[in-house]
Amino acid sequence: MKIALRLAWRSLLNRRLASILTILSVALSVALLIGVERVRQSARSSFTNTISQTDLIVGARGGGVPLLLYTVFHMGNATNNISFATYEKISSDPNVAWTIPLSMGDSHRGFRVVGTNADFYAHYHYRRNQQPRFGAGVEPKAMFDVAVGSAVAAKLGYRIGDHLTLSHGVGEVSFHSHDDKPFSVTGILEPTGTPIDRSVFITLQGLEAIHADWEDGAPPLPEHAIKSADLQQRSLPVRELSAVLVGAKSRADSLGLQRQWSEFKGEPLSAIIPGLALDDLWEAISYAENGLRVVASFVVVVGLLGLLVSIYNSLNERRREMAILRSVGAGPGLIFALMIIEAVLLTVLGAAIGVATMYSLLFGFRPVIESHFGLYLPISPLSSAEQWYLCAIVGLSFILGAIPAWRAYRNTLSDGLTIRL
Amino acid sequence: MMTANPFAVDIKDLTYAYKNGPKVLDIAAIQIAASEHVFLHGPSGSGKTTLLGLLAGILVPQGGSVRVLGQDLATLRSAQRDRFRSSHLGYIFQIFNLIPYLNVLENITLPCHLSPERKMRLGGVTPDVAALDLCRQLNIANLLDRPVTELSVGQQQRVAAARALIGAPEFIIADEPTSALDSNRRQEFIELLFAAADQAKATILFVSHDHSLAPLFTRNLSLLDLNRASRSGEVDA
Repeated sequence: MKIALRLAWRSLLNRRLASILTILSVALSVALLIGVERVRQSARSSFTNTISQTDLIVGARGGGVPLLLYTVFHMGNATNNISFATYEKISSDPNVAWTIPLSMGDSHRGFRVVGTNADFYAHYHYRRNQQPRFGAGVEPKAMFDVAVGSAVAAKLGYRIGDHLTLSHGVGEVSFHSHDDKPFSVTGILEPTGTPIDRSVFITLQGLEAIHADWEDGAPPLPEHAIKSADLQQRSLPVRELSAVLVGAKSRADSLGLQRQWSEFKGEPLSAIIPGLALDDLWEAISYAENGLRVVASFVVVVGLLGLLVSIYNSLNERRREMAILRSVGAGPGLIFALMIIEAVLLTVLGAAIGVATMYSLLFGFRPVIESHFGLYLPISPLSSAEQWYLCAIVGLSFILGAIPAWRAYRNTLSDGLTIRL
Repeated sequence: MMTANPFAVDIKDLTYAYKNGPKVLDIAAIQIAASEHVFLHGPSGSGKTTLLGLLAGILVPQGGSVRVLGQDLATLRSAQRDRFRSSHLGYIFQIFNLIPYLNVLENITLPCHLSPERKMRLGGVTPDVAALDLCRQLNIANLLDRPVTELSVGQQQRVAAARALIGAPEFIIADEPTSALDSNRRQEFIELLFAAADQAKATILFVSHDHSLAPLFTRNLSLLDLNRASRSGEVDA
């Protein structure tokens, strides 16, 4: 075995260029497959870890997926609001440990505005046990304080003390703005790899304040507008919210709470368990990840076929070499083994370089991917699925190597000690 | 099992034909004594290569018997014939007969790595030491680390001879090994080969078209005379 390995290795070195090209082809295939798998796992992980430790999301009656989308991913809009009184009832439920009120519907230069209170910074979790932290400044406390996510700060260049104004609605372009009520940036959140990075946070009173002088959903005439300074003197009651995030005292109470608040008589509500809704949503879009997997698998197959062609093409040139090996005592079995070892060596080297390439790219591009796509790609050891893929690739190379190996075996039998090309 | 036999090669009533072809070999008898240096000649198509394939155990006769060192090769299975060849036979090719990606030392010691029996026959010295000893006899001791592709044809032939002789195989088959050498070099090479083979008490079967070399050998065999198939014009390969 040792001599077979040594001969196979030296033979590969002798055909350096062809070997390197074959290794590169396998490496690129493996890097792509593992990269796609890593992105897929990370996307799923990022997706399902966007919200953690929250047992229930309660909003106005409607579909679970839209509720999840606008409360967690800040996509779409609430079809209806829930009353602040209901929120207070939920908060006072003996089985509820904490609640986070969320009020949405405005934006700032394309970024969603989330009205909430201190409970958000105290109880919101993502990626299991991570919490939003401030890279600079503090959470918004006063009526016209605002905290911005890391991507907002990076893109718009905000610093503590800067002023910004909000727009009515959630589109990139808004025809109604709240320019007369500027907010002051008091905090910039650290990157989280979640929609928090692309959000703007204000207090519930702040959200009430910018709409305080609006009537029937329309902005006030200039003479009826209330100045910020005047509003700050007032105590503005919060009347409605978009949704409430709920943490149960015991995880076992989640189902009971879900049933209880879904059947709430005071107003029609929907209560969803985020984990289950996230899984449902991911399954609904899983065709995309399956498509990615199929493409990556085909790339691997093409890479391995390149390996087969490379070894197969070299056979005719190497018939003399094999005849010589036979003359010095190598049996057809050893010739067969040499071909198999060569295929496996090329694949193992290709796979190793592919994995190294994937990690290098991951290391180099991780910050860019995280900031541009909000996709958190952890640099972690190969997962069991990734290890399984690599084993399958090496196993396939063994099978593919058997084809030229069989031909080499036949050649050595027919060529004997001389070759007849 | 190998049996005691005064002959290194003992061929009787040998017939051989390639698939669906005419008879290539039809030989009543050839006997070569142990340690003999035999010169075998014959024109192209006389069946020399086929006979060497049968003696090396690559081909199996359809009729008669081929005994090499007392062993009837037809009674061995394919893997057993491979083992027999690696343990007891040394083979020198015509030209370009070395593994191009191994250096001189690696080429010479290769049979010892493929045959434990041949390694054992080194008598306790390592293959590298045995190779150095052979290279000294063949005047190529200064080339051990050189890639074989950088050697002259004459140097390559000596490396091939050293590879065939290492581990003291009892039977050396040399298939036109001097065809690429000029006449002075041919004689020098054969003398070196004989000296090394005599030290190992090896039998040499030397195949060549070049009749001028015949006087150097203890016996000459003409395959054209021995092979009834070539005499009757049946050989076409």
